[in-house]
Amino acid sequence: MKDTATGPTTAVSNPPVQPMKAYFDTSDIVRISATKDVPQPTRQLEKLAKLIDVSKCIGCKACQSACIEWNDTKPEIEENVGVYENPHDLTPNMFTLMRFSEWENPETDDLEWLIRKDGCMHCEDPGCLKACPAPGAIVQYSNGIVDFIHDNCIGCGYCVTGCPFNIPRISQVDHKSYKCTLCSDRVAVGQGPACAKACPTQAIVFGTKEDMKAHAETRIEDLKSRGYDNAGLYDPAGVGGTHVMYVLHHADKPGIYNNLPENPRISPLVEGWKGVTKTAGLAVVGLAALGATLHGLFSRGNRPDDHDDQAAETLVVERRDPENGGHI
Amino acid sequence: MAPRPYYSERGDHIDGKAPVTVSRYRGFTRANHWVTAATLIVLAVSGLALFHPSLYFLTNLFGGGQITRWLHPIVGVVLFFSFLLMFVQLWRLNMPKPEDVTWTTRIGDVVKGNEDKLPELGKYNAGQKFVFWAMTGLILVLIVTGVMIWQQFFGYLVSIPLRRVAVLVHALAAVAILLVFILHVYAAVWTRGTLRAMTRGTVTGGWAWRHHRKWLREIASRDTKGPAE
Repeated sequence: MKDTATGPTTAVSNPPVQPMKAYFDTSDIVRISATKDVPQPTRQLEKLAKLIDVSKCIGCKACQSACIEWNDTKPEIEENVGVYENPHDLTPNMFTLMRFSEWENPETDDLEWLIRKDGCMHCEDPGCLKACPAPGAIVQYSNGIVDFIHDNCIGCGYCVTGCPFNIPRISQVDHKSYKCTLCSDRVAVGQGPACAKACPTQAIVFGTKEDMKAHAETRIEDLKSRGYDNAGLYDPAGVGGTHVMYVLHHADKPGIYNNLPENPRISPLVEGWKGVTKTAGLAVVGLAALGATLHGLFSRGNRPDDHDDQAAETLVVERRDPENGGHI
Repeated sequence: MAPRPYYSERGDHIDGKAPVTVSRYRGFTRANHWVTAATLIVLAVSGLALFHPSLYFLTNLFGGGQITRWLHPIVGVVLFFSFLLMFVQLWRLNMPKPEDVTWTTRIGDVVKGNEDKLPELGKYNAGQKFVFWAMTGLILVLIVTGVMIWQQFFGYLVSIPLRRVAVLVHALAAVAILLVFILHVYAAVWTRGTLRAMTRGTVTGGWAWRHHRKWLREIASRDTKGPAE
């Protein structure tokens, strides 16, 4: 008999040698795309989070390599166009990407090399899930992981429209949407995400969201003591908080980290489209169709009578105008 | 060539005299109309399937979600060109005329069927013209916003913020066109004797006299064939 894994509290521990049973499964799902009234799980899993400390990142891309290896993706070999980003963007085969930006700090006149590991933020209120029209293509577990269930994905790209962070990418091969899974398959058996496991400076750490926030506090304190007065945690409230968080040395200016949104939220356009438009639109069309059918069935209709037929006969056959004194 | 008729198309003619029947749409226009109608219905069903989760089961009609996602925009392009062809044939007589104002202000009599209180009309009444122009405008909006959100071929055509606008406008326009479609079908059924204009291509003389008298007069006046044999 296999032991059930425990929820991971770190990414650094090594896996047990015996096979383990997953500690969470589909019964822990709290939200399902295009599905109302999801039966809520009987237990609440500990919320998890990945914390990315931008100030400790050295830009080695070990996280990208680990991600490719674990998820067995095959990003295309691309051309070097003179920037450090490789590949050029997130792709259906590259779930995470180091984004490099050079920023001149106007206060110190220093050139700062800001490196942000981009990827799914695992929003507490996921815009992708809200926008998705395919039942069961996107799910959220009670530990905060937002996962794409590719069997149910139809490749419409609505998740791209819904995401406030521009993360999902649609494959032109199988027409399904891809993004970081927070290594849900590793987490299920008690392991941290592959990127966190591989990170040589522990700029990426993983554990319960509470632990990660506490850890972030110590990092922010350290950064402040080194002169980064605006150091802070990026856990945006507009999307209910995220399960991937950043420690930023310039938390007052998230935009300098390759356009990290300042106040991300699900666009009101998406909310309106998936909210009132969907419900009211269906109701209006349904009522109109029903009303028209019933009225069409039971009303007498507007039928030409004998006078009309005679008038036409007079006009066309006798070539006299039935109304105008006989002149046409 | 004779001057362009004012209330009718050149091809509209007296088709029979015992009883009187009038040719309203030639075969090409009818086929064109039904292709447009069929594509609109496919688009409505596949679009509704992706519009509301409670209707997602409709994707089964097309072989699943993936195929529905692939099919919907392609049928949309077919509809666009099919409608365009119809537009070219119909737009002239759908231009507004002074009697449309009178007709519209007496919409109560239209609904009650008090035909004698309404002005004499050409080939189309203001309601039919409304359907024509509403379809024209909405199809334009739908094709433009549809291409903007067509992931498979135009995934990177517009920015994501613009895509959000497009997807909302597309949904609103789709609701609107369904209402126009319902109005169109309802009016065609309620006005008895109309459907045959799009099936057999002809209407009875009585129908033409009752609803489109100026149209009938114009056709009758240029009917140079002798009386019925």
